[in-house]
Amino acid sequence: MSDTFIVIGAKAIKRGFVEHYEIINSNVLSRFGFWVIVFFTLVAIFAPLIAPYDPWEMTYDSDGNFAALRPPSWEFPLGTTHLGYDLFSQLILATRTTLLIGIVSGFISIFIGANVGLIAGYYGGKIDEVLMRITDVLYGMPFLPFIIVLIALFGRELEFIILAIVLIIWRTSARVIRAQAMSIKQRQFIQMAKARGASDLRIIYRHILPNVLPLLLLYASFNIAWSIITEASASFLGFGDGETISWGGMLYELWLSGKTRVAWWWFASPSICIILLVTSLVFVSRAYEEVANPRLRRR
Amino acid sequence: MENPEILLSLRNLGVVYDTAQGPVHAVSNIDLDLRKNEVFGIAGESGCGKSTLIKSLLRLLADNGRTTADKCTYKGRDLLQMDHETFRKEVLWQEMSLVPQSAMASFNPVYRVGDQIVESMQAHKSISRAEAIDRAESLFDVVGLEPGLLRSYPHEFSGGMRQRAMIAMALSLDPGLIIMDEPTTGLDVLVQERILRRIREIRSELESSIILITHDIAVIAEMSDRIAIMYGGEFMEQAPTLDLFEKSYHPYTLGLKNAFPSIESLGTELISIPGSPPTLIGELQACPFSARCPFNGELCATENPALIEVSPDHLVRCAYHEKAPEFEKRAKEKSTWLC
Repeated sequence: MSDTFIVIGAKAIKRGFVEHYEIINSNVLSRFGFWVIVFFTLVAIFAPLIAPYDPWEMTYDSDGNFAALRPPSWEFPLGTTHLGYDLFSQLILATRTTLLIGIVSGFISIFIGANVGLIAGYYGGKIDEVLMRITDVLYGMPFLPFIIVLIALFGRELEFIILAIVLIIWRTSARVIRAQAMSIKQRQFIQMAKARGASDLRIIYRHILPNVLPLLLLYASFNIAWSIITEASASFLGFGDGETISWGGMLYELWLSGKTRVAWWWFASPSICIILLVTSLVFVSRAYEEVANPRLRRR
Repeated sequence: MENPEILLSLRNLGVVYDTAQGPVHAVSNIDLDLRKNEVFGIAGESGCGKSTLIKSLLRLLADNGRTTADKCTYKGRDLLQMDHETFRKEVLWQEMSLVPQSAMASFNPVYRVGDQIVESMQAHKSISRAEAIDRAESLFDVVGLEPGLLRSYPHEFSGGMRQRAMIAMALSLDPGLIIMDEPTTGLDVLVQERILRRIREIRSELESSIILITHDIAVIAEMSDRIAIMYGGEFMEQAPTLDLFEKSYHPYTLGLKNAFPSIESLGTELISIPGSPPTLIGELQACPFSARCPFNGELCATENPALIEVSPDHLVRCAYHEKAPEFEKRAKEKSTWLC
């Protein structure tokens, strides 16, 4: 890894919004991804104001008829479920849950992953051995079954779903950041920091951390994307929080209703939203990855 | 009681690296009394243990390295017994600072140079940021850098500027001892001269002692009060600078002098010492230089001689040091070294 990489990466973070905007604007896909994320974030923030109905409110059309299993129309833009729930309202309120889970578990998992990685990478030896064996054990766990078992164990509340996701998803970031920390620790300026009498904590958090920051941000966004997918999958399998609506939960309801073959509009909207948001996150992280790894850059 | 004029005192200091091939005695039998306000030069070829020696003093050895010594005191305090927290807080940088081999890579690329200098001051002393910046500015002035450059990032500096910034950082806490590890290696001669001049100027203003490490005999001759010639992890000859250049005793010193150009011998071919430094695995039972020494005698293979004082302050580690005048004559002929 060259000096330039670190300098560019660190500058990208330090110089604030202008440079972030430039990174995001660097290609069509990341620009698209960025605006999609902004869009969903706004939707999530103003969800209760936008949604015309309560997500579990039986709706009636203007003629006073019970609106069950209606395809999209002017009145119900995304159609309704077999129980007459308005899918548009459900979708909007579900955006909130999905983003919340994505961001919270994304950040907690990168927090754990970064700390484990930095500490293991910096200290090496026994500490590294112990921490990396724990990560290995987690790597040995099948992803979704692990989460399902944990949810079954703890309960289906939102916070437990987040906890279950966090407990397994940090493994990748820990490994990657450990490797980077190990390489940076060998650099001359870390020796120099030691000679200057810096404590271990100072070296880890003031001298190594800023140098792994580009990588850390990259994995933060991967973790967010993965958390969203995981929550959707768990919800679809019936391990979601029944109290709050989520995109995966909507698909689960569809499955339960047995109307999969009829109600195309019912699975179309949540599926498209999941795909759109996750790919957008990946597009944006790819733009950051090019900063973190100049070899990917097009010349 | 300790002689108060002696800053750093080492007796029989050694560094051992544990490797898969067995223990490597990278440094052994180092005796040194560093006086206050003295520049002590250590010269030797690559791999002779110069850097290992200072790393052991600063506790920067790799995990498999161990330092042993009969005595290792700084201002009367035992450095080896001291616990690491005390050492880190009270000795490092405060008392002993380092100008490293490659200043190019010694600044953290993500922080401004000034912030790093301020950081090292604030880590050891309770001074405000403003005071620290003030001090950093005056230090930049001392080393001949524009104080405004404190706000630059390391990659915006040239090699010489970084080296000078590094010296400024090493001076920041007025340490008793500044260790300079090849401070001018890799810089062009003009920059090198400018930096050496700065170091000399600083030296006359400060009370600090300097240990100057280099493989460049010219630099060391110009800068130091005393010189030690190091080979195979040991001091081969140690003497006041003039003394050493006027009358060298050790064959290795003679060889080293041959290998450097001088104004007087313009046009003559330089003579190098054939062979390469010894591997230092295991206990050494012979003089480490014996394998390359053209004056190799019986004793050389069986014992590693002790340092012998041949004249005041002039120590030599050679079993045949009485033959030095003869060696000196023969050393000037190229054929001597072609064995």
